[in-house]
Amino acid sequence: MSVAEAEFIRPLPESKAVPKLSSGQGKPVLTEPAWVRYLLTAIALLFIGLFIGLPLVIVFVEAFRRGWSTYLAALTMPDTVSAIRLTLQVTAITVVANLIFGLAAAWAIAKFEFRGKSILISLIDLPFSVSPVVVGLVFVLLLGRYGLLGPVVQDLNLQIIFPTPGIVLVTIFVTFPFVARELIPLMQEQGTAEEEAAISLGASGLSTFFRVTLPNVKWALLYGVLLSNARAVGEFGAVSVVSGHIRGETNTVPLHIEILYNEYQFAASFAVASLLALLGLLTLIAKTLLEHRLEGSSNEH
Amino acid sequence: MSIDIVGVTKRFKNFTALDNVSLHINGGELVALLGPSGSGKTTLLRIIAGLDWPDAGEVRFDGEDALSRSVRERNVGFVFQHYALFRHLTVFENVAFGLRVRRGPGKLPEARIQERVNELLGLVQIDWLAERYPAQLSGGQRQRVALARALAISPKVLLLDEPFGALDAKVRKELRRWLRHLHEEVPVTSVLVTHDQEEALELADRIVVMGRGKIEQVGSPGDVYQNPATAFVHDFIGETVALPGEVRGGRLYLKKNALALDSQGVPDGPAQILARPHEVDLAEPDTAPFSGRVLALRTFGPNRRADVQIAGPDGNLVVEASVPLDRKIEVGAHVGLLPQRYRVFPAARA
Repeated sequence: MSVAEAEFIRPLPESKAVPKLSSGQGKPVLTEPAWVRYLLTAIALLFIGLFIGLPLVIVFVEAFRRGWSTYLAALTMPDTVSAIRLTLQVTAITVVANLIFGLAAAWAIAKFEFRGKSILISLIDLPFSVSPVVVGLVFVLLLGRYGLLGPVVQDLNLQIIFPTPGIVLVTIFVTFPFVARELIPLMQEQGTAEEEAAISLGASGLSTFFRVTLPNVKWALLYGVLLSNARAVGEFGAVSVVSGHIRGETNTVPLHIEILYNEYQFAASFAVASLLALLGLLTLIAKTLLEHRLEGSSNEH
Repeated sequence: MSIDIVGVTKRFKNFTALDNVSLHINGGELVALLGPSGSGKTTLLRIIAGLDWPDAGEVRFDGEDALSRSVRERNVGFVFQHYALFRHLTVFENVAFGLRVRRGPGKLPEARIQERVNELLGLVQIDWLAERYPAQLSGGQRQRVALARALAISPKVLLLDEPFGALDAKVRKELRRWLRHLHEEVPVTSVLVTHDQEEALELADRIVVMGRGKIEQVGSPGDVYQNPATAFVHDFIGETVALPGEVRGGRLYLKKNALALDSQGVPDGPAQILARPHEVDLAEPDTAPFSGRVLALRTFGPNRRADVQIAGPDGNLVVEASVPLDRKIEVGAHVGLLPQRYRVFPAARA
């Protein structure tokens, strides 16, 4: 699993201004001996270093083992370029689709009462609890040539499984909770009063959405997009099942890395992998910055 | 603009929020809808605004049907309970919002918008806060922004939902006076929802007392306090001492003893004698209609109250009487209670 593929779960906001329990001359009550604190910190650091830091370093070390020119050559190989292009296409479609779906779902769930709302809420989380490989298989069984909807798909003269549409579909499926899950709690907390105020002041539904609803959730929305983007780029399991693995045509970056690796082109495979790792690091930085923003905006009220 | 509400009924699932309510509000008047929570007052306000629709009945603005118009088209200024300020906009932009979203011939040029917003901020005395965000304001300041924002669209009706509910007592009192003053400067028809009787009594031209989805009484502040139409109004507005009794043959009795009190035309049956605590005097136990033992004494500020246990029709009950500060009285003493001014109502509960 690449870094980009890792699921980011937002940590709980750090509780601020927790009063220090103190006794007597300002000495904190809740404290451990120094050696306990150092030991715990050391264990945590060692663990992180061993399981996260080291692999990350190795990716880059292996990528550059044969030198800069080999690295560049691996990245400019036609098959690599086409894999990158496909991944970018799939990601772009996925993110836009999830942006629209996530906003619509969050809007419906947070601002309206309707039948089946609780079912919708639990369905949104489904992709998190199903293995991506299973997702891929389901889509093959559904839309493949001998699948349930296979005849329909063939009558329409479409081929979904193996070329790009299948990849897009499973990627959307796998990443769709990210945006909705970020937005729902925030929108629920904000309620509908501001929208009502806007409408009573003469704003139309559309202008209420763009002037009030959207600005109020923009940071959470961006956060959700960031996470679904990271996941879409790195998705392997589901894509692997539905992709035809045709080089230069239906290979995404993660699939391409696997093929290169299986062909003993280690330097090339690590070079491409380093791209994903880099993207993961960038995502991490952007995520940290956004978390600051998010905390800021939720403290405003 | 005058508002007519005719036979409005609103149900939420099994709960009837408004039950065939009719009310006339004069143009330029400030009316308070007063009632406990669940009395339907906020629902009525939201129906007038167009944020809710009634199941039956009519709402007319100056005689014209308002229900056929959406909230956007009704031109009402609504001040929300928790202000609902746009948190991502400055105070200035909050107030300007209603002017900026206008389309068509009513749209003002930017210079006019600026002018109008500054004028409003001056009116509500917060022009120095124009560039702040709502999160940086105190409760009272937010309240003023909410009001300026609602007034920006030159509403024909101003609707206020518990406008001072979230403020502390001192700020509340100050803003109340200020709002009354503002209403005299900008005499737009205003409807205010509140559960705070003091607020209603001090602010409103007329008070509409609501209870359980119905209007109990409509009248001037003095009227609803002095001459409550129902036991509910008496109980809800001001403090109430409830004394037991029964009307038999047009006379008041407590068990077998005739009370030397007027039955006020209440038909035969169990009755309630309601009085204000300060209008119930302590008297000689032998001559007063009610008597009992003092259980406790409390003094707060200029008031002193005694809990007196008296014998009711079914067991003892405790009533609160006011005691002058200079009167000598002790816990355990036997005292008589003589209501000087009181109202008799048929008892709601058997």
